[in-house]
Amino acid sequence: MNQENISLWEEPIPGGCHWSGILRRGITLRLADVSGNANAAVLFFNQEEKLERYNMADTLKAQHTFHLTRGHACYSDMGRIFCCITADTVGWHDTVCGLSDRTLIQQKYGITRYQEHRNQMYRNGLDGMLIELGKWGLGMRDIVANINFFSKVTANDAGELTFHRNHSKAGSYVDLSFEMDTLVVLSTAPHPLDTNTTYQPGTVHLAAFTTSSAAASECKQIAENLRGLHNTHRFYPPCGGAL
Amino acid sequence: MNTFQLIESQLNPDAAIIDEICAAGEPWVKIVKQGQIFRIVDLEGNQAVDTLFFNANHAWERYSVADTIRAQNKLYLTTGSKLCSNFGNVMLTITADTCGRHDTLGGACSAESNTVRYALEKYPMHSCRDNFLHALAHETACGHLDMSKRDIPSNINFFMNVPVTEDGRLEFVDGISAPGKYVEMRAEMDVLVLISNCPQLNNPCNAYNPTPIRLLVWETSAS
Ligand SMILES: [Zn+2]
Repeated sequence: MNQENISLWEEPIPGGCHWSGILRRGITLRLADVSGNANAAVLFFNQEEKLERYNMADTLKAQHTFHLTRGHACYSDMGRIFCCITADTVGWHDTVCGLSDRTLIQQKYGITRYQEHRNQMYRNGLDGMLIELGKWGLGMRDIVANINFFSKVTANDAGELTFHRNHSKAGSYVDLSFEMDTLVVLSTAPHPLDTNTTYQPGTVHLAAFTTSSAAASECKQIAENLRGLHNTHRFYPPCGGAL
Repeated sequence: MNTFQLIESQLNPDAAIIDEICAAGEPWVKIVKQGQIFRIVDLEGNQAVDTLFFNANHAWERYSVADTIRAQNKLYLTTGSKLCSNFGNVMLTITADTCGRHDTLGGACSAESNTVRYALEKYPMHSCRDNFLHALAHETACGHLDMSKRDIPSNINFFMNVPVTEDGRLEFVDGISAPGKYVEMRAEMDVLVLISNCPQLNNPCNAYNPTPIRLLVWETSAS
């Protein structure tokens, strides 16, 4: 890490667990896949007005992409950019397959409850998100298609989906540089299409640091993103309209 | 593109209990009961029909793109596709389709996304989300369910073709629909249908010319 990447805080989130918090504009959140089998299901909300939330369709359409990687921005439904992906050693993150839920986890891996297994119990993505959303007065109505960092899902000509196991390697990371004050809600439960037959979601290590000036320009290669940033900066006087 | 399996319906429009035209660029709201058959006709071809479904008794349950593509392990919709809710239930099953492919990823246009996708000065143009919000404000069926923008998730675009390449690109290509093509589905629960007949004038997929659609409902699947 260079001089600008001095960590403000860091925190490991074990596989299957969940987390939420506010990331201010100007801060970069690094998600790291500690052991190579992680999935970080993430949703973003405008911290000031939580009706404004991550929008899969607008994110994909604006950038003519089916997958997310470095240089892409994560859009809200209001034409603004929550964060730019300013570094990525993984290369492909899914944003269409949604969350694992209780039924799916039980069918794939069986039932492992807290009473017998304590914090090794099997948790699912939807419930993890709902627990975190509940802390901010949000709930089921606020669940929309989320990003699944570290997970790769491709589609063939017919639109049939393939999950790529072992896509992310131990130590892989992705940097999210925030342009808005954002509520980040996160679950580290398995991706719903994960082909692993045993429940072993990996730890996601979170680290926050100040966004470097070099990183800030990463997503400006796409013309749409310049307009998305324009809309975003207008939201925060006195920077109104400035790029 | 002509490899799609096209399935025609045996239902006679004269027997429909609802047969309405939705003009270009307008919203349309109706409740379709469990067991009833619902058809959308692309009257003039390559019109995008942005559509949402809600449990008619409880709007927290609604169409979910992620649940739907996961349940069928496929991005596109056609005959046999099951449209799933955020509670994992099947809301409708597509029973006939003469178009062959419908989009799940593209979502709806909005004033705000128009500024990003096309130009900042496009903000005043009419959009699908304006239609959705207009319907939420005016339609009593939406009012009874206490719906708001919070309940608007990513929608289906009937008759739109948005192919995904294996290397992960998203393409907006010319429509594969044509005048008179239709998609028909059976309601598996009582559903509120919320449509925006897309007014998009910036996207070449409709030749910059939004056109009307026809909507029909039959009492049962027996013809
Ligand atoms: Zn539209």
